[in-house]
Amino acid sequence: MTATTNRGVERLHAAFARAKAEGRAAFIPFMTAGYPSYAKFPEVAAELLSRADIMEVGIPYSDPLGDGPTIQRASEQALAGGTSTRVTIELVKQLRQTHDTPIVIMTYVNPIYAVGPEQFMQLAADAGVDGLILPDLPPDQDIEIAALAAKYGLAVTFLIAPTSTPERVKLVAEACTGFLYAVSVIGITGTREGSALGEVPRMLELARQYARVPVVVGFGVKDAQTAAQVAQVADGVVVGSAFINAVRDGQDAGALADGIRAGCKK
Amino acid sequence: MSLSIPDFPLPDARGRFGRYGGRYVPETLIPALDELEQAYQVAKKDPEFLKELDYLLRDYVGRPSTLYLAERLTQHAGGAKIYLKREDQNFTGAHKINNCLAQALLARRMGKKKVLAETGAGQHGVASATAAALLGLECVVYMGEEDMRRQALNVFRMRLLGAEVRPVTSGTGTLKDATNEAIRDWVTNVRDTFYILGSVVGPHPYPAMVRDFQSIIGVEVKAQMLEQEGREIPDAIVACVGGGSNAIGIFAPFAYLPPEQRPRLIGTEAAGEGVETGKHAASVAGGRVGVLHGSLMYLMNDDEGQIVPPHSISAGLDYPGIGPEHCYYADSGMAEYVPVTDAQALEAFQLLTRLEGLIPAIESAHAVYHGVKLAGQLKPEQVVVINLSGRGDKDVAEVMRLLEMQRGEGDSRAESVETQTAAPKMQPEVLA
Repeated sequence: MTATTNRGVERLHAAFARAKAEGRAAFIPFMTAGYPSYAKFPEVAAELLSRADIMEVGIPYSDPLGDGPTIQRASEQALAGGTSTRVTIELVKQLRQTHDTPIVIMTYVNPIYAVGPEQFMQLAADAGVDGLILPDLPPDQDIEIAALAAKYGLAVTFLIAPTSTPERVKLVAEACTGFLYAVSVIGITGTREGSALGEVPRMLELARQYARVPVVVGFGVKDAQTAAQVAQVADGVVVGSAFINAVRDGQDAGALADGIRAGCKK
Repeated sequence: MSLSIPDFPLPDARGRFGRYGGRYVPETLIPALDELEQAYQVAKKDPEFLKELDYLLRDYVGRPSTLYLAERLTQHAGGAKIYLKREDQNFTGAHKINNCLAQALLARRMGKKKVLAETGAGQHGVASATAAALLGLECVVYMGEEDMRRQALNVFRMRLLGAEVRPVTSGTGTLKDATNEAIRDWVTNVRDTFYILGSVVGPHPYPAMVRDFQSIIGVEVKAQMLEQEGREIPDAIVACVGGGSNAIGIFAPFAYLPPEQRPRLIGTEAAGEGVETGKHAASVAGGRVGVLHGSLMYLMNDDEGQIVPPHSISAGLDYPGIGPEHCYYADSGMAEYVPVTDAQALEAFQLLTRLEGLIPAIESAHAVYHGVKLAGQLKPEQVVVINLSGRGDKDVAEVMRLLEMQRGEGDSRAESVETQTAAPKMQPEVLA
């Protein structure tokens, strides 16, 4: 498939527009592929997909240095169960047969290099993936990745942090084609005590000067209350570790998702 | 002679050695890496910084380490003269302290009150804890739970020095996971914490900065060669390579010489049970290009991009990658990288101990093995320098365990203890 289309970008932007029209920030749940097991993942993902505006699926990785203990353990468990890079893409392909919700893949860069950047993009596009989130790839480190993603109709998302200088925010924001991801805290993924807002308002003000795409906020959002704080300033709310914890503890991830989605109301 | 830190042609402005290196890290860290790079560039030209580092390296560490002519080892090899660059003489027992003191001074200069470090066998952890104690900095060391068990004495040593040692249980519970955890801590506490990385790996500027701080090894070799041999440049230099800091330290001052002047530079990678078995830590011989800990490098990873846990007898070489500058040297032919197995390192460990009374670190024994082999192929007027990167006190208990295992196997085959403890191929004539 040689895409001259902007398929992923258009589908993602349409999802943000729909949420906005309904007076909500987009709800973007995350789940590690193959968690809690290869067999049970599709069921868990379906619970989230049916409530999500956009779904984020993580490729389990052996050395996730931007992730806290929750996603680390989930990745280890998924890998032990046989879900690695190519299987993740296969799982997305299966979900595509029943759900049309946009799906983005979160991956560290090494799996892309190992598969081969062009082949990775081709596989992902063929599976119906809409975009990529790249937590350990500052956009200036490899410009070929974004170009290849574009070639196959995939959107790309890079991250900014509270430590980002205006120069970095500009560089990162201009490189994003799907949405810009603002990390709410200085740190790694995971739920935390207290406000999820932190330095977000200042960071978003800066981001909006440069971003031509929606801006989402993640890290540390765990429930309706923290989602509501973030939804006041962001176009989308990403929630990850909280869902993994819920699945781990045998709680109802669907009910948690309902609550957080309601919390995304502007 | 006052201390100066040499300038090298690489990395480029983007922190790359050819295609290798870079900064594949969460965006949170990019400003901190910029800040570190700027502070380092100023410090390395600041006479005050250099004066204090020089003082500590001389009066605290005991530099310069000697370039020692190993006569009995030379005689055994039966070829080129073998010199040992005695980094084992340094305070805390290895080359690691060269870098730790320099980075700790930089941390203090940048106003950071707390330093972080990762450690495998504990050498870099102990050196970091030592530097932190000396400079009055708070110190946290991440160490794999498995490594803590194997190196209990070093854990206690770090705690005595006032460091907090945090066990790492994620992943394989070894050096790479300890490094992940140190980076996670740094991401979380980046505004007031300094990360003392122990090898020539990690995001730019670490590979360049650690290389610069370790290059004193090679700079000293040049001066000592001139004094002892009447020429600055030996015919070959051999050093062991995990991440590769001791090797870069001794290679870099020679590596960028014109090809006709450059000595053969040979890095010995840990081949574990053999590269063909998959149980090894030889990233150049058995890996492929990938990203780990922020840097593009030769890396042990599968075709899905998952990191393959390395194996080596030596915890210090038990790292799945190799520093980006080494990758560049390997591709360009500036240096060669050869595999040395656990068994060969164990042989060389005993050989050096018996012939010279020097118990080498098991890491350094990998270099000794190949250095002796190489010297045997060269002429008497030629010179091979082996970097003896550390002393082996830390390895004695493990070597005892391994030799007892060998002896057990030997007994079952009705062989004598003597032939088992001194491996046949390296058995020196003088002991036979």
